[in-house]
Amino acid sequence: MGISIEVEINGTNVSKEVEPRHLLVHFLREELGLTGTKIGCDTSQCGSCTILLDGQAVKSCTVLAVQADGSSVTTIEGVANGAYHPVQQAFWDNHGLQCGYCTPGMIISCVDLLETNPQPSEEEIRHGLEGNLCRCTGYHNIVRAVQDAAEAMNA
Amino acid sequence: MAGTNTQIAGSGVFGSSIRRREDPELITGQAKYTDDLQLPGMVYCTILRSPYAHAKIQSIDTSQAQAMDGVLGVFTAKDIAESGTPGAIPVGWLLPDMKIPDHQMLAADTTRYVGDGVAMVVAEDQYTAHDALEMIWVDYAALDGIADPKKATAEGAPLVHEEAPRNIAFDWEIGDKEKTDAAFVNATHIASLDLVNNRLIPNAMEPRAALADYNSITGELMLYMTTQNPHIHRLLMSLASLGLPEHKIRVIAPEVGGGFGSKIHHYADEALTAWASMQVGRPVKWTATRTETYLTDAHGRDHVTHAQLALDEDGKFIGLRVETYAAMGAYLSTFAPAVPTYLYGTLMSGEYDLPAIHCHVYGVFTHTVPVDAYRGAGRPEATFVVERLVDEAARVSGIDPAELRRRNFVAPDNFPYATQVALEYDSGNYEGALDKALATIGYDDFRKEQTAARAQGRYLGLGLSAYIEACGLAPSAVVGSLGAQAGQWESAVVRVHATGKVTLYSGCSGHGQGHETTFAQIVASELGVPYEDIDVVEGDTGAMPHGWGTYGSRSAATGGSAIASAARKVVDKARTIAAHLLEAAPEDLEFEDGKFYVKGSPDQVQTLPDVALQAYLAHNLPKGIEPALEATSFYDPANFVFPFGTHVAIVEVCPATGQVRLQRYLAVDDVGNVINPMIVDGQVHGGIAQGVGQSLFETAVYDENANLLSGTMLDYAVPKAHFLPSFETDRTVTPCPHNPLGVKGVGEAGTIASPAAVVNAVVDALSPFGVSHIDMPVTPEKVWNAMHGSAENQ
Repeated sequence: MGISIEVEINGTNVSKEVEPRHLLVHFLREELGLTGTKIGCDTSQCGSCTILLDGQAVKSCTVLAVQADGSSVTTIEGVANGAYHPVQQAFWDNHGLQCGYCTPGMIISCVDLLETNPQPSEEEIRHGLEGNLCRCTGYHNIVRAVQDAAEAMNA
Repeated sequence: MAGTNTQIAGSGVFGSSIRRREDPELITGQAKYTDDLQLPGMVYCTILRSPYAHAKIQSIDTSQAQAMDGVLGVFTAKDIAESGTPGAIPVGWLLPDMKIPDHQMLAADTTRYVGDGVAMVVAEDQYTAHDALEMIWVDYAALDGIADPKKATAEGAPLVHEEAPRNIAFDWEIGDKEKTDAAFVNATHIASLDLVNNRLIPNAMEPRAALADYNSITGELMLYMTTQNPHIHRLLMSLASLGLPEHKIRVIAPEVGGGFGSKIHHYADEALTAWASMQVGRPVKWTATRTETYLTDAHGRDHVTHAQLALDEDGKFIGLRVETYAAMGAYLSTFAPAVPTYLYGTLMSGEYDLPAIHCHVYGVFTHTVPVDAYRGAGRPEATFVVERLVDEAARVSGIDPAELRRRNFVAPDNFPYATQVALEYDSGNYEGALDKALATIGYDDFRKEQTAARAQGRYLGLGLSAYIEACGLAPSAVVGSLGAQAGQWESAVVRVHATGKVTLYSGCSGHGQGHETTFAQIVASELGVPYEDIDVVEGDTGAMPHGWGTYGSRSAATGGSAIASAARKVVDKARTIAAHLLEAAPEDLEFEDGKFYVKGSPDQVQTLPDVALQAYLAHNLPKGIEPALEATSFYDPANFVFPFGTHVAIVEVCPATGQVRLQRYLAVDDVGNVINPMIVDGQVHGGIAQGVGQSLFETAVYDENANLLSGTMLDYAVPKAHFLPSFETDRTVTPCPHNPLGVKGVGEAGTIASPAAVVNAVVDALSPFGVSHIDMPVTPEKVWNAMHGSAENQ
């Protein structure tokens, strides 16, 4: 039996009935077609499903859709105010992605990281991203991208 | 280094760090991967997997699952057999006298690894499809299993297949045993090592998935899937698994989220998904959970090796002998037999002038996930053997490891160089890369720092890995003579439209490499048209000629050569038309930046778009010239390509905890001419991370009953950002002499070189403790035990 929830998703209010056990990531992907948020594991390790829930980065595979009732959600599709968020721009400029699968979650985590620490050191960036796995880049250019985005956002 | 995105036409585009055109869709979440696709009426399938490494299936009761609301069907091997579908999962590389056990899409009466498919559910939604798996009752009689490839060959070990005594799938050797044994008799120094090359799980971030849509009226199957090689999958689906005519199957690779080899292979799961669509008459989607990818994606490595290197009194290498037990897992995966043989034994000469080599490999069945190509595929294992042995030889002979390498390199004037193990190295300058690496890392200063640090109780180590790889797969006749049931040429179609815009179709199939960018750079460079005017299409068997896909660092060398060849055919045809229009002889024309003109008259030009328009109008073509402007190339390389280089790792080992900290990592690679330096550096970074992962963190662990203990991302250490340092990259450039672009391959270099560099560094750091070797992954526990004299792990 469905439960009604109201969630603000990328600035738009959405009312839907969801199964109590449905994960937020499935709600976003299957019900709303917001497939930018990815699923990369089943143990909350990889961070591919990271979104902003009331402004904080969370793994949407570890949140039930019903828990998001009354909250605001920002996904990769809604993170930019304009064409690209400075973090998105920096990932592009610095080759911070290859296959792109971890990228939406990684970008959201970086947005959150820079929100809480606008001028992180390399070590702080590396530790700040410990909830997001990337198998392609070796993180080298992701670190460069975060540094570049920090500079752009502080300018 | 940030890329640029300026309009670049013609000259200068090849070799530029252009930002990737793939990225806008990827960074905004708009790109569609297989699991992102939905079709009208789509349903979901899930697969029930054996919880036992080895068991007899006594009965399967699907009735309760079948009765659940939303379940459309529950199927077992019996249903597949009754449907008349061939249902086979074939091996695509045949070695002499190899045992080839039958492998079906679902296990019928025996399961042979944890994860072996037993039954399949098709249901209206994915939650129900997963729930229904819990309602299938399988009565198993558990049997003994075995996971260690060497122990599996012992008399009395549990057999994976009755027809393979001692679990030996094949017994393969290369080189000259007699000559090699004789070299050891005369040796002044002998380096000996027992090496375990640990089993790895590929971990592409996108789990495997398939979406199949069978149309029973037309008999056509649309299959969207996570593939590195759509045409190979179409071929094997047709010939072995589904029995559908090849032309009725269209395989599409949507966006693919990494592969590293794991999406080359032909697995049961995608074939089952297609078969399910044929049964229920609806589009069916299957998406692996991460745990399922651990239980089904072909694993990598898993060798147990004894290796020895013989040196004369001058420190010259005079013989190398290797014996390896290489796990095949429970079945022979698609290209598995090639990996520990022709991609391994043939690399045993390394960068060295080695007069006698013998390599003996047993391919061994074990009750584990099948093992097949994983990034590097055989070449990391070979490099690990050779480069660990060279360091051990340095240790036993007292010669500096850099000097010992230098003394034994194939000299730059000694190419082409025929090795004792069947390869002909076409070019190289090994000392050049070593010198550059030593200068950049500050080798002499490091040795002083190391000595000073030891006096303070700090243990620093430096490891070299001077690697070579044979990639750019591959000359078809050569691989055919060695057992490949596939060609290894590559295709390209360059289609210039009437307006001068260009579409390139490539038979490669990228999954993160940036082909849309680099392939357009090749075409822009060849045709002299603006980069922005070129589109690149890949990954659709309905759109392009047969191609063999992307793996083995082949896309630039083989796929890129096909592109250049096709583009040059276009230019040849355009030249003929332009000459006609300019009323000159074709040989009197210059072609520069996309313009044809008569030598000495650069004011009167026909641009490529001018010529294209005339070619399409066909109102005024030279006699015998067909309309339109496009060309196809099927490029079969003359040889492999041979990237090489020197990697250097510097580590500090904490004596209190055994923790290894990777302080610096430098890669000096020679991948020939470089199309896009930013992308090449990115490939090197990612490769290093996977090799460092193998050497310090990652390992697939099976227990004594062949249960996979590292079965989730909680238990398998994919490196995180803070596990790794930033990397230093540099290059030397020795162009490939036999392909049109002078390019080699870069996708695997980092993974091939780095495990040996890191382990050599750790062993160097621990040299005051008399440690000669530590198996990967070099965990704090192993290091601590080695430092404190425990015989185990040394």
